Parts: sequence; C-alpha cells; structure tokens
Amino acid sequence: MSHTLSDKAPAADEPSAASGRASLAVRLLLSNEFGLAVLIVLAMAIFAASLPGFTTPFSLFTMGRQIGIDTMIGLAMMAVIVTGGLDLSVGAIGVCAAMVFGYLAQSAGLPIIAAVPLAILFGSGLGFINGFAVVRSGVHSFIITLASMSIFFGVMIFLSKANSFNGLPPQVAEFGKLKFFRSVSALLLISAVTCICLGLFYQFTTLGRRMLAAGANVRAAELSGIRTGRIIIACHMLTGGLAALAGLMVTARTGAAVPSMAGQLGQDWLLPAFLAPVLGGTLLSGGRVSVTGTLLGAAFVNVITSGLLLMRVGEFWILACLGLMLLAAVLADRARQQVLRARGMI
Amino acid sequence: MASRPLTRLFDNDWIGPGLVCVIAIAAISAFQPSFLSPFNILVLLSAISVNMLIALGQLVIIAIGQMNLALGAFGGLVAICFAAVMELYGVPPILAVGIGLAIGTAAGLCSGWVIARTGISAFIITLAGLQIFKGINLGITKAQPFYGIPDSVKDFGNLAIIGPIAWLVLPMVIASLGMWVLFNRLRIGRYILAIGGNRNAAELSGIDVKGTIIWAHAISGLLAAAAGMMLVARLQIGQPTIGDDWLISSFAAPVIGGAALSGGHVSVAGTFFGVIIIAIITQALVVFAIDPFVVQIVLGGLILWAVGINRLRELRVARALT
Repeated sequence: MSHTLSDKAPAADEPSAASGRASLAVRLLLSNEFGLAVLIVLAMAIFAASLPGFTTPFSLFTMGRQIGIDTMIGLAMMAVIVTGGLDLSVGAIGVCAAMVFGYLAQSAGLPIIAAVPLAILFGSGLGFINGFAVVRSGVHSFIITLASMSIFFGVMIFLSKANSFNGLPPQVAEFGKLKFFRSVSALLLISAVTCICLGLFYQFTTLGRRMLAAGANVRAAELSGIRTGRIIIACHMLTGGLAALAGLMVTARTGAAVPSMAGQLGQDWLLPAFLAPVLGGTLLSGGRVSVTGTLLGAAFVNVITSGLLLMRVGEFWILACLGLMLLAAVLADRARQQVLRARGMI
Repeated sequence: MASRPLTRLFDNDWIGPGLVCVIAIAAISAFQPSFLSPFNILVLLSAISVNMLIALGQLVIIAIGQMNLALGAFGGLVAICFAAVMELYGVPPILAVGIGLAIGTAAGLCSGWVIARTGISAFIITLAGLQIFKGINLGITKAQPFYGIPDSVKDFGNLAIIGPIAWLVLPMVIASLGMWVLFNRLRIGRYILAIGGNRNAAELSGIDVKGTIIWAHAISGLLAAAAGMMLVARLQIGQPTIGDDWLISSFAAPVIGGAALSGGHVSVAGTFFGVIIIAIITQALVVFAIDPFVVQIVLGGLILWAVGINRLRELRVARALT
C-alpha cells in the first residue's frame, strides 16, 4: 500500500521543481553510480529469472564476499588515483601484509587483535616507501611502483621461502565464513563500513579535501599553501593500508596466508583494482573519487562474473569479458563526459 | 680540446651500461671461468636475443611517451597461435611466422587505434588489452601447451649458426638495426620521438599524431609477436604462459639504457646493454646458486637505480644549461 504513495510523491513533485533541482536530477540520472545501480538491478533480475542457482543464500554469500574483497582492492587503488598517480604494487603490498599477519599470528603467537593493526600499519609503511620515492625522485609513480612491486614481492618470497602460513588461529577462517541473514558476508560489511568512513574522510576532513585538491591541480594546491609532497605520501600510505586490509580479507576467506594469493608479483589484483574505481567514475587524471561508485563497480563486475560462471562460460573467457568491460567502461565514461560538456554541465 | 671527445663519449646513453657490462663480465668470469664457455655464451645469447626484442617492443612505446602493459599478452597469444597453426593445420613454419607477425601487428594496431582515437590513457587501454588477449589465449588453449612443434623451428631456437652465435641472434640483429634506422633515419621514428618529447608542439608542426601513435603500437605488436615465436622455438613447446613475466624486464632494460619514461628520448644501444646486464645478473645468480627469487628484487632495484642515474643526469644537464 505504501508503494503507491511513494510512487506518486515524486511524480507530483517534479513539475513544480525549480530548474536548478531539475538539472540536479538530470545530473543524478547521468551519474555513474545511478547507471551502475540500474545495470546491477537489471543483471540481477535477468540472472535470477534465468539461472536457478543464482539467488540461493550460498551463492549470494560467496558473491558478496568477493564483492567485499574487490571493493577493498579497488578502494586501495582509488586512494592513489586521486593524485593522478597509480600503484602497481597494491597486490604485492596486500600479500606482504597478509604474510606479516601470518607470521605474527602463527609464528610469533600474537593475538589477532594485535596482529591485524600491525599488518595494516606494515602495509602503510610499504605505501610510505612508495610515496616517499615518488615525491623525492619526481619520477612517475608507474615506474617507481613497478620496481617496488618486484622488490616487495621478491623480499617476501625470499623470506617466506614461498611457504604459506597454514596454522592460523581458527577464528580467522571462521570470520571468513561468518554470515548475517544467511547470505551477507562479514567481509562485505567491512568493505561497506570502510566505504562510509572513506566517504566521510574525503568529504569532511582537511586531509581528505587536500588530497582531492592536490589531485585536481597540483600547482593550484601548492599556491594555496598545501604541501603537496606530504599529501601524496599520505595518499600512498592510505593505499598501502587499504591494500593490507584487502590482503587480510583474502587471508580470512582462504583461512591461510598464501604467497601466491595475488598471482605472480601480485599482478592478479591489477584488473579488479582498476576495474572497480574506473567503472565507478573515478577520474584517472585525479581530483575526483567516487567511493560508492567503487563499491557498485565491484558489485557489477561480480554479478556479471558469477552469472557467466553459472551459465558455464569458461573461466578463461570471463577474463576476456572483464577486459572488454574495462574498455567499455572507459569508453562510456568518455562519451558521458562529452554529453555533459555539450550540454554545458561541466 | 683533448678532453672534448671523451666527455662527448661519456654523454652517450650507452656508455654507462656498457662499462657496467664489461666490468660485470670480467668479474664473474674471474670467479667462474665456465661463465665464458662457448655453451654458456650460446645460452646467454639466446636469452639476450629474446629479451632484446621484448625490450624493443616496449622501447618504441616509451619513446612516444606511453606504456604497453599488453606486450606480454600479445606475445603469448601469437606464440600459441603460431604453435597451433603448425600443429593443428600443418602450416609450414615460414607461413606460420607470417601469420604470427600479422596477428601481433593487428593486435598492436587495434590497441593503438583505440588509444589514438579516444585519447584515453594508454595505461588503462593496454591493461584492458592485457586481459582480453590473455583471456583469448587461455580460452583457446584451456591453459594446455601445444607440443607439436616442427623440428626446423626447434633447431632455430636451439642451434648455433657458427661457434657460440645462436640462430636466435639473427632476428635480434635485424630488429635492433631496424629500430636504430627507424629512430635515427626514418621520418616515422622522428615523429615518434617528437610526439614523445612534446605532443602539442608535434601536433602544431603538422605531424599526424594519431597515425604515428597507431604505427608505434603496431611496431610494438610486431616485435612482441617475433619475441613470442622465438620463445616457442627456444622452449620447443607453445606455452600459454609465454609473456606472463615480460612486464618488469621490458621496462627495466630501456630504463637502464637511459630511456626517458616521459618519452622523446630513447637509445637502442643503451637498451641492448640494459638487456645484457639483466641477462648477466640472472645468470650470475644461477652460477653462484643464489635463490632465484632474488632476481625479482635485483630487477626492481636495477630499475630504481637506473631511474636515479637518469634523474641525476637530467639535473646535471639542466644545471649546465642555466
């Protein structure tokens, strides 16, 4: 009964709205987040209707868990894309932090509650190294993080002798299996909470605002008294911390800290790391982020992936599909900007 | 006046890496005489040849101020197509090489066209290209290698022309000379460097920027294709994993050779010495029985070191100009 009311209310409202509000509504309709949400709902509806196994609680749980992890990886990359830079070493940092966690929790016998923050701090530390090298050398972050990816991963493999930590406290694996309402993964909740925190951070804190300012225009930010070097280092540290968190989430899912969990040199994380933010409307040139968009981007990718998997499309062809999706996303973004520009909205 | 030619010599990009090569070879062979045995030189030259083509494939993109993450995916796809047409359809090797080169060039043309046409950063387009081509590769092969490689191809990858000079050196020499001519004598090479140096200035002076970008990516695809097929010859199987580990070394060698990552300044000779340095270090770690994983750390360290050296040189040049 209530849905008729809510259906009518906006319809009655819209014609009387001022022109400013109308353009706001158009903006909302043209935004990446709205488009993604519509696509997700559409894809969910199509898959749910055509694939019987799609909406079982277990399928939703595994999908949500993967969305949680991919969102965190995407957020990690987003935090450095803000500055117009990038970080190829997110995967390496994530694995390194997970291995440090494994060492602390298993070999050193630290309680989990102490090992988790230490691992995240360690990730930020690696991010600091990246940021420091980028700012001090003035070389583009691509080449610095290409080198550091190789170094971080190499040192980790050298120290761990490529052995994984299998004897973690059982709570770690239990947390990975934890679910609410039979289908919502705890890992998804962690990512959702992180999204809210990051959204507030970019919106309301001085540091967050300065990160956006430095990303949008370095010179302008510098002229207005922002020490951009420090801000860029802070961005890389944030990336490192978030990547470490993502590594810990993968560890919780697997129940073990495995050196190969992000592939050779951690390169397997690169696609999810860029796919989610780019789909979500984060500008690669910096200065604009969309935290919600990153979450929705990761969700869209995983809805499509699990749908295709259930349709028995080979796993390898899905890889090609995801690549095409990234291509389509950047092309759609370009087209959207041209439309907005033609209408004088930017 | 007497010191003038010497300073000029030391201003060359390749002299630093060249000296490092000579010192490293002398040092290692002093410790391990078998390092300079004909067989070891043959193995080293084969590795250097393949890596040189990979490095050149990245070099041409670095020259234009971009990057190609899909280089390894091109090489891998061409490698398995090359092996597949020979095994499944019995295509003669010469024709199969032509098909492989055509596929690589076409892949490069595609990604170059998208980059030039949309103006979206090459990083993101080639990242998408990496996944697409790798996905096609694994979709075709189901991650299984092709084993039916003709003997003539296997011989090309493993025999020597004369003494320790492997047959694989031949494509490397052709490609290196070709690239040197391209950058130093041909108009297209000049255009590539001009766009890498200053895109706006190049555009204003009437250079067809989009066409040149597409050409650069096509050349990159061609070189990646050649490298992929050389690896098939060397490994004697069509491995789907060919190209997975090209990314780091493809950037390391040109950067060690003094290439500016912002574009507009590259050195084919420097890249050659960069490739040799990487090959020597990789070999030395094997000779001295050091953990192979250390190679990764050393490669990363080398990139940082080279970037630092290039940066210092830039600063020196800037100071000399003011």
